[in-house]
Amino acid sequence: MTAAKDKRCTEDEAVAELRSGMTIGFGGWGSRRKPMSVVRSILRSDLEDLTVISWGGPDVGLLCASGKVKRLVYAFVSLDSIPLEPHFRAARQSGVVEDEPYDEGMFLLGLQAAAWRVPFLPTRVGLGSDLMRDNPRLRTITSPYDDGEELVAAPALTMDAAFVHMNRADARGNAQYLGPDPYFDDLFLGAATKRFLSTERIVATEDLAKEGAPQSLLISRMLVDGVIQAPNGAHFTSCDPDYGRDEAFQKSYAASAKSPEAWAEFREAWLTLSEADYQAKLRADGGAR
Amino acid sequence: MSSKQTDQLADMVDRADVCVVAVAECFRGDGEILANPIGTIPMIGGRLARATFEPDLCMTDGEARLIANDEAFDWPNGAVVEHFNPYRQMFSWVWNGRRHVMMGATQVDRYGNQNIAAIGSYARPKVQLLGYRGAPGNTINDTTSYWVPNHSPAVVCEAVDTVCGIGYDRAAALGPDAARFHEIRRVITNLCVLDFETSDHSMRVRSLHPGVTVEEVRAATGFDLVVPDDVPTSRLPTPEEIELIDTVIDPKGLRLKEVPNP
Repeated sequence: MTAAKDKRCTEDEAVAELRSGMTIGFGGWGSRRKPMSVVRSILRSDLEDLTVISWGGPDVGLLCASGKVKRLVYAFVSLDSIPLEPHFRAARQSGVVEDEPYDEGMFLLGLQAAAWRVPFLPTRVGLGSDLMRDNPRLRTITSPYDDGEELVAAPALTMDAAFVHMNRADARGNAQYLGPDPYFDDLFLGAATKRFLSTERIVATEDLAKEGAPQSLLISRMLVDGVIQAPNGAHFTSCDPDYGRDEAFQKSYAASAKSPEAWAEFREAWLTLSEADYQAKLRADGGAR
Repeated sequence: MSSKQTDQLADMVDRADVCVVAVAECFRGDGEILANPIGTIPMIGGRLARATFEPDLCMTDGEARLIANDEAFDWPNGAVVEHFNPYRQMFSWVWNGRRHVMMGATQVDRYGNQNIAAIGSYARPKVQLLGYRGAPGNTINDTTSYWVPNHSPAVVCEAVDTVCGIGYDRAAALGPDAARFHEIRRVITNLCVLDFETSDHSMRVRSLHPGVTVEEVRAATGFDLVVPDDVPTSRLPTPEEIELIDTVIDPKGLRLKEVPNP
């Protein structure tokens, strides 16, 4: 009998699969359910020149501030309770990152097009706006039907690798969200060549049904190459209902954008540690939920 | 009612409550669609519309549900959930023509073009803001209004630096087919109600909040507004509406923090 694949791995093993110059997508939304333990692993790596695709939150800010980003593909970047992401702003205002902006709906279509393996999906979104000027990748298309309407062709946002963070998963990659919103995590995995999920807890497949209804099982193992057990792995973003956002930590993160010295201090305190040491330090500080 | 009586009444009414009523009026006639006001006073005003003259509106909890409650925040007795409305579902409403959104605007110009992406040149912004968010898609697909709690010439300005939400001039340039779902209905500010009901859709003063003069609005605006000969005063809340706002919709008075009295 042949055994089923066991996909369990660590953040560092997953990140070792990446190369500089790759296009990498991160699931979650704003400062919610972000695969932050993977982001921290990337920050400790030698990777550079990344193209980052994200419903942007502190994943984007941290990668920008650490000089990992060549190009940003996004519709917004926000920390939710702090509306403007200061590290992202600094990167844009100093001109160190290339910018590929989208409308949110167009961004959804780009992910869906990539997951469905078509080059674009048509939409009315973007017509008349400066997006058509600011994102030179965008093209329009004329409907081949009798209406002849001119529409925007939202380009497929294919990526070399994608990372998402889920509340529960089994070792084979079936995964579950227990919070209010699935966001777009299934589409990121569908759009990527290498597909990883981190999770609060790996459980037996038969136990997934004890945690939530079948419709909470957003991710199928067909979409997953690696499963990372990462308790508190979304810290400091929210991972409801397991834990909320660590607002105090997020404030200190945001404040670190004030000066190079403040950033160096934050970086030294939190971003040079292994994930185990990061979590241990949080517990010692009383910051872990 | 004489103008003197109106002034006396106006003295007794909070500016925030006038704004709430102006927001509510903005959704009048919308029927069974998703009223999606974003911001403190917009959320209160949308709730007021549904609780009084526009009962079929659908509204969100600000997260992933449509809820039936009259309370704008917190839902102390529990949220009454009507529908699962995750973020991705919002685009189905927008593209299906089932939504009237009231967004914020860092800049809005005479034709209703709106900017929330960046101040200065987009390529190398002086101030990076949120990004384009959903503004292009909202304005090409559905009715859109704007909420400006700090009416000033920098916000209500001659030309926006980046066009995120498209105004009437951009829509006209696209032609009647492409722009057939475009409508910028109102801009509600802390001073007045503005609309685009002019021959060329340039911004007009629709009503002044009690105690505000045309001169004050002109001074707070970065271009020449269309000002009719006789500008009405914004509708004042009825005693029943004030009771509803005070006791149910916003008992904590969050609206008074967003727009304090002058």
